[in-house]
Amino acid sequence: MSNLEILLILIIAAVIAYYATKRQAQSWQASRDKTKLDSLPNYYGYFGAICTLLPALIVLSFWSFIEGNIISALVVSKFERLSASNASDLSLVMNEIKIIVESGLSEKNSNDLFYEKAAVLIERYSSVSLFLKVASVFALSILGFMYAYLKITPRFKARKKVEKTAVYFLLLSALVAILTTAGIIFSVLFESIAFFSQISIFDFVFGTHWSPQIAIREDQVSSTGGFGAFPLFWGTILISIIAMIVAAPLGLISAIYLAEYAQPKIRNVVKPILEILAGVPTVVYGFFAALTVGPMMSGLGDRLNEFGMSFEIELFAGLVVSSESALAAGLVMGMMIMPFILSLSDDVISAVPDSLRDGSIAMGSTKSETVWKVVFPAALPGIVGGFLLAISRAIGETMIVLMAAGVAANLTANPLNSVTTVTTQIVVLLTGDQEFDSIKTLSAFALALGLFVTTLILNILALQIVRRYREQYE
Amino acid sequence: MNNLEIVKAGLNKRYAKERRFKFYGIFSISLSLLFLFFLLFDIGAKSIPAFTQTYINLDIEFDKKSMKLQDQDSYSEETLFSASYSKLGRNALYKLFPEVTERKQKKALRQMLSSGARYDLRDAVLENNDYVGTTQNLWVLAGDDIDAFVKGLIDRNIPEADRRVKDYQVKWVDILEAQNKIERRFNINFFTSGDSREPEQAGILGALKGSFYTMLVTLLLSFPIAVSAAIYLEEFAPKNNWWIDIIEININNLAAVPSIVFGILGLAVYINVFGVPRSAPLVGGLVLTLMTLPTIIISTRAALKSVPPSIREAALSIGASKMQVITHHVLPLAMPGILTGSIIGMAQALGETAPLLMIGMVAFVADIPQSILDPATVLPVQVFIWSDSPERGFIALTSAAIVTLLVFLFFMNLIAIVLRKKFETRW
Repeated sequence: MSNLEILLILIIAAVIAYYATKRQAQSWQASRDKTKLDSLPNYYGYFGAICTLLPALIVLSFWSFIEGNIISALVVSKFERLSASNASDLSLVMNEIKIIVESGLSEKNSNDLFYEKAAVLIERYSSVSLFLKVASVFALSILGFMYAYLKITPRFKARKKVEKTAVYFLLLSALVAILTTAGIIFSVLFESIAFFSQISIFDFVFGTHWSPQIAIREDQVSSTGGFGAFPLFWGTILISIIAMIVAAPLGLISAIYLAEYAQPKIRNVVKPILEILAGVPTVVYGFFAALTVGPMMSGLGDRLNEFGMSFEIELFAGLVVSSESALAAGLVMGMMIMPFILSLSDDVISAVPDSLRDGSIAMGSTKSETVWKVVFPAALPGIVGGFLLAISRAIGETMIVLMAAGVAANLTANPLNSVTTVTTQIVVLLTGDQEFDSIKTLSAFALALGLFVTTLILNILALQIVRRYREQYE
Repeated sequence: MNNLEIVKAGLNKRYAKERRFKFYGIFSISLSLLFLFFLLFDIGAKSIPAFTQTYINLDIEFDKKSMKLQDQDSYSEETLFSASYSKLGRNALYKLFPEVTERKQKKALRQMLSSGARYDLRDAVLENNDYVGTTQNLWVLAGDDIDAFVKGLIDRNIPEADRRVKDYQVKWVDILEAQNKIERRFNINFFTSGDSREPEQAGILGALKGSFYTMLVTLLLSFPIAVSAAIYLEEFAPKNNWWIDIIEININNLAAVPSIVFGILGLAVYINVFGVPRSAPLVGGLVLTLMTLPTIIISTRAALKSVPPSIREAALSIGASKMQVITHHVLPLAMPGILTGSIIGMAQALGETAPLLMIGMVAFVADIPQSILDPATVLPVQVFIWSDSPERGFIALTSAAIVTLLVFLFFMNLIAIVLRKKFETRW
């Protein structure tokens, strides 16, 4: 009996419990002395359903979660050969045993008697565990129902109980956000600590040599220090700078134009169209950057080279645009975050009170003077907050740089070269087959920690600025 | 010079500045629009070749010998399924061009047909058992180089050495074309088959189904959790409480955490701790749920906030409890706003790629997933996989997959906009 089947039966039981308790309440209502109920009959029904479902559900999920570990531990303790071996060997052996269990014991595909014994044992324990699980879950469900049925009286405050449970459920949902953040910190922190116990933080942040591929031979890693992530940080910064050079003026000026100059008709058409840019998946931008913009630029570079040669001037002689360049990735990323800056700036500019504008116009300034000398300074904190959010997005962007910027860790200020970024390296390190505890994969978690902390600081800073700014004019 | 004169003297300059500034605004907007149209046009134009496929008309002789069948009158389904079909297409071609004898040329001739042609022939035989032993006139799928050549993607004027299609192959294509034996048809394969290493056999059905299952998991989890969380924060949470503030900051921050970090969370927590199967839509949906939660929570809160207090007070005054006010009155009124936010969140999740790379959805999966536990890939990841493939035919396929993805996103956003417009209430 699978968990899904148990769940279905539980739900059916809850529905039955709902009607049974509700009927009981209705019978009081309909009885000759017209007993007044504390709550509507529905609520008695809900109470019955909750008592039937909830405790059983908690036990079911808890049991399913620990079941596997307990069975493994029991099996390990039975065999000396297993309990003596170390952790990584153990997981390999256990996996093999599990495969035998899944493929069916009757097949006798294993040549080692030990595996078969273990598999038989696992199957025996599993069936015992399943029996216990089913029995306890259904017993709890029945007990819950009996409790509810005996508990209810006409004066029983069913609505209050049900609503209180519902509020707890709502609170639990709200806590998922906290759990997510905790999960992120948990998943990157421990691996990062393991990483930094082998590579010093200083070498990681300021080292300029990044070549995690050598890490296959562990004796080599600590001596050569192939984990200097500075080129990655630099690549990320370089591409973000290019992206912001494109996105900041375009987004800001477009926002000012739409908010201050454009007629409502034009604004209502243009703004949604530009917001399409924000809705395009990043993988599409990556494809566009890698297959259209990149080759276009390297073609342009070659053309300029030829052009320079034909006039025998040295102007473009050194101009070699690699087809995977920081410039192509940065340009396309700039277009991607442009609508983001546009709508954030548009919001804050529209939030500047009209009285400021009217005052400025009344003093005889032109519209552009009003914008630059009155509206812009007033909106500046909000705009800065928007820029910070945009930078955080540029830093965390993965697909465009993965597809268009390359994977070579070059420490260069030339935007025409290929660079690599933190996000790209995380993907490169964690996709493909490698063992989970190697220093190579650990380094990806260290990079992720850096990424998370940087964007966290930027986000909180930006949100604070925007929030304070909003309060100013409210 | 009095003040008026000073002002007047500078006036022209100031007006010019004004005009210039206005021009900058129009210029930057046009530039952005131009970029958008160029992007869409570029991808649209690149996708066109993927929607047709080249077929070659051949007289296929289903002789028992080359099918490795024993001489019998009738065969069971199983024997026919496991028979050999690889020689049938090439024999027909050899017969059509008997003058080709050189080994290299023979190989080139074989490669005129797709390596998937044998499966089409097998399906044809399984459908009509009486084909065995007869000669049938059939249309057979061409190989990807020939396909590209017929579509005009390979220029016949460039020197032979730089061309994927050799001169003799060009000659054969010309002969076949003169006999009307080459035809381009709508690429139904693209919508009905899974991924393949061969561009002419690859389709997006696997990715579409993977996306569907992933979105199903995401929707079923994120919608109830997000709406409940929003109700709690907006209606029940104590005001000016420090830990409620923490939850709120948390949610706002999660909305801006790089998506790849969620992928790492999925890898470390879901796969390594909870043992959810890798590459499955289940784990993809779980990761995307966490990513969509903040979006839906924020929009749900805005929708709940916009329901006027008069409605709550009216309900409270006739004896409804707080929970009843919310479930009977506030929630139904806020529903259009909530749905709009949810659809936008789902659209974001549908286009998300990076976190899914982390949890192994980037693996090559040729089978079409049948449940949320089968290994699968999703549309945007399929785009990424294909864009990485060296074969020429995959450029068109990638673009076509992007077009499909954008069409889905367009309709989702359209529904959201229509919902918003239709149910927008001014209180």
